[in-house]
Amino acid sequence: MTTSVSATPAYRSPPGPLHAILLAGTVPLFLGGLLSDIAYYKSYQIQWNNFASWLIAGAELFAGLALLFALVNLIRAPRKSGRPMLYFVLLLLTWVLGLVNAFEHAKDAWATMPSALVLSVIVTVLACITAWVGLTTRQGGVQ
Amino acid sequence: MKRTTPLLLAGMALLLGACSNEGAGTQARGPDPKLPAPERGLLPDMKIAEPAGWGNQKPTVPQGYTITAIATELKIPRQTLVLPNGDILVAEGRGGNAAKLKPKDVIAGYIKAKGTSKVESGNRLTLLRDADGDGRYEMKTVFAEKLNAPYGLAFANNKIYVANQDELVSFDYREGQTRAGGPPTSIAKLPSEINHHWTKSLAVSPDGRFLYVGIGSNSNITERGMEVELDRAMVWQIDAGTGAHKPYATGLRNPTALAMHPETGQLWAVVNERDELGPDLVPDYLTSVREGGFYGWPYSYWGQNVDTRVKPQKPEKVAAAIKPDYSLGSHVAALGVAFSRPEMGQNFANGAFVGEHGSWNRTPPVGYKVIFVPFANGRPAGQPIDFVTGFRDAEGKTRGRPVGVTVDPRGALIVADDLSNTVWRVVPNR
Repeated sequence: MTTSVSATPAYRSPPGPLHAILLAGTVPLFLGGLLSDIAYYKSYQIQWNNFASWLIAGAELFAGLALLFALVNLIRAPRKSGRPMLYFVLLLLTWVLGLVNAFEHAKDAWATMPSALVLSVIVTVLACITAWVGLTTRQGGVQ
Repeated sequence: MKRTTPLLLAGMALLLGACSNEGAGTQARGPDPKLPAPERGLLPDMKIAEPAGWGNQKPTVPQGYTITAIATELKIPRQTLVLPNGDILVAEGRGGNAAKLKPKDVIAGYIKAKGTSKVESGNRLTLLRDADGDGRYEMKTVFAEKLNAPYGLAFANNKIYVANQDELVSFDYREGQTRAGGPPTSIAKLPSEINHHWTKSLAVSPDGRFLYVGIGSNSNITERGMEVELDRAMVWQIDAGTGAHKPYATGLRNPTALAMHPETGQLWAVVNERDELGPDLVPDYLTSVREGGFYGWPYSYWGQNVDTRVKPQKPEKVAAAIKPDYSLGSHVAALGVAFSRPEMGQNFANGAFVGEHGSWNRTPPVGYKVIFVPFANGRPAGQPIDFVTGFRDAEGKTRGRPVGVTVDPRGALIVADDLSNTVWRVVPNR
């Protein structure tokens, strides 16, 4: 009864708790920005535009910090190609497009529309995919 | 001159696609400016005055004129008033209490503050006196204090009228007085919520019956919501006796200075127009103010040019918008206007002096000078002429920023400079 089941080691280290919180946090923040954009688009009520600006700024902060973690993980990863690289590139893309979106939101009143809304849709979808890829840990199994 | 954008902080300079680099030569001035199409890069152009002291230098004036500093170390001088005995009152202060609603407000506010005086708001009126008429104002004393960001000044009915950022008040005045006899009397409350544009400009009708107060909008272009624009971007007519007010003209984004034309008795205003539509939009202007007139803000600019940043739009308002009389150029930030008199010398006898505080939303910067707009038959006639320059040098160091201009009947132009906290006096050589 001493057969030990030795799993093949995970091919990469999963994000630590702080990294995971930051990464996962981008999803509701970008999503909140998107919903606020939709509300502004439909109502012309400027406060939604303000909410969207701050939510996206918060998402950028989270995504930016997560990006640092991702970069460190990437450097440390024994095998850089594949998922670690995919995750890093996706997160970088999310952050860059999110920054463009933040600047788009810094325009006055309706000057933000519709580009800010379109960007928010793209960035939110991208954030979901990035978090999914980043938080999926495959332990064991044959690679 | 340092180019300061939040973008650089983020290391994303490549995204600065649409930043323009056209010179001041592209500025359309005069009665019928050609307006380019609106443009805006991902970030607005921001070029901020880099403050530097005057040292031994002075602003430049035309040949045959002399400029001297008649008061220094003031606390943000904005507008001036020449009293009947030749004494000069200076309104000093800084107002506004607009909340920062977006991350942008935090960043832009920080950058813009680098181009203004660090001195604390004076909230007072200073009196300057040249008793012996030698052009040196040897007396400098506080006439009234504890005011709330005083700006517009006017004299009539033996009273000094002061437009604070929240209230129109008056002081009783006897000739020769150097200190107010008591606290001011309230005439009317002025719209002061938020006060994004806080300056309340002031003029009085020739008969002294009505006061005109310019009230700026509460946003660049409605980005604080339409609700806060009630009673904003307009000129009020206030009965000097009762304090009753009515909107006299509307749609004037930021009417920063008012003046009565001495021959026609017509009210004129300089108005600061909206930003972030490109380096050559939208021209700030000098215009006669028609009673009941609507001048476009926020729905349109320079007549019927619709501003698509405003939603919902009002086509009937756009159709009704009056074209202003005279373009001063975009972003020059005209903050002072005064009609000249023959005592100012032959070449500058008939027309209006305009103090231009200078731009933030343009590369290269424009304004930072006092110009003269020639008039004929009570209307602008001809291209503007530089009158006081040298506030910015070739390296971009900014020594001063002109605000209010006032013509002394004895033949002098008084210029308030709120960066170096100086009052300048320009006289024709005799």
